[in-house]
Amino acid sequence: MFTIKNYVKVKDLEEAYELNQKRNNVVLGGIMWLKMGSRNIQNAIDLSALGLEKIEETEDSFEIGCMATLRQLETDSRLNSYFDGAIAESVKSIVGVQFRNTATIGGSIYGRFGFSDPLTCLLVLDTYVELYKKGIIPLSEFVDMPRDNDILVKIIIKKDTRKVSYLSYRKTATDLPVLTCAVARTEDGWLAAIGARPARAKLIRDERKMLGREPEEDEIAVFQSFVEENTVFKSNMRGSGEYRRHLAGVLLRRGIRAVSERGE
Amino acid sequence: MKISLWINDKLIEDDIPADTILLEFLREKGCYSVKRGCETSNCGLCTVLMEGKPILSCSTLALRAEGKHITTMEGLQEEAKEFGEFLADQGGEQCGFCSPGFIMNVIAMTRELEDPTEQEIKEYLAGNLCRCTGYQSQLRAIRNYLEMKKGAK
Repeated sequence: MFTIKNYVKVKDLEEAYELNQKRNNVVLGGIMWLKMGSRNIQNAIDLSALGLEKIEETEDSFEIGCMATLRQLETDSRLNSYFDGAIAESVKSIVGVQFRNTATIGGSIYGRFGFSDPLTCLLVLDTYVELYKKGIIPLSEFVDMPRDNDILVKIIIKKDTRKVSYLSYRKTATDLPVLTCAVARTEDGWLAAIGARPARAKLIRDERKMLGREPEEDEIAVFQSFVEENTVFKSNMRGSGEYRRHLAGVLLRRGIRAVSERGE
Repeated sequence: MKISLWINDKLIEDDIPADTILLEFLREKGCYSVKRGCETSNCGLCTVLMEGKPILSCSTLALRAEGKHITTMEGLQEEAKEFGEFLADQGGEQCGFCSPGFIMNVIAMTRELEDPTEQEIKEYLAGNLCRCTGYQSQLRAIRNYLEMKKGAK
């Protein structure tokens, strides 16, 4: 069980940033994962007074504050009128409503957890993270960056007409996923993200144009082989690397078919 | 650290360690309906309402509830009793240990969803585990309860 000496409800991001430079201080998200560990925390930094729990729609994007809960993402009708409802689909199997009412999107994305469903989904969208000091960077870059002491302020998702499918495989409902898979078709081609490998999600772009707009089975098979060969799958208590590789192929095929069936 | 919050509409002020978990705090204040189950955010036994929304008190710091309204089953006795009778009629309450958290989430669901489908009910209550009933009797109880509420309107 973790311990916390002081609880600091910060007044602004600068205060949070300064406190977060010390190793034994931690920014709190929903604490669902943090509480499972045994860290001794000197100052727990609470961002909940900074108005970062809102989902705001602008002309060309959605801006989601880091303290927005997974349940907010699931039930926001504006957000889910885009991307074929994939964002809601990606969070609705995470434990239960009570869990999703406190787990935050900032915690899930900043943690870059291997098991993160929303990380997998957001990777195939035109998503950016806004960091307090580093500014706005693409999520696909952020996911591979080493952890530092910056503060994730917002997630920005650009609106577009891409078609998206999100799939995950769990051994039992509400458990952590054995594998996650998101597929998207943009104006420029196809993208896929595979997560819970069990490492964090990886984005794969169809740069060689293996898939047409509505691909035939043989095209899907070529892309599937490419993904299977160029993605690292490892073993843990939920499944072996080989099992995950096989699952990835199955989910990928289903995702591509689902997107194709939605037409243009 | 100083905390002030409302528990079942009663203002409570206290001085607590920063890492006090809401579940512990509520039980210390006499809310024994809030059960300690898995303590890993999985079982739903510790469900309470924070500002009307169901949350897991085992995974929430008490200080996160500063200035907020927390409702436990002690504060919803009439509604809990009403639904509890439907649950008992269907044999949906066996060992009974999961019942407080389950009933709190059913009440939250009826407040949030107007006329939920069977699928929506299952999805809303997925985070409440029961190791006795197999869920079928609970689902029957919910359907009957919702029918009664619809008829009463």
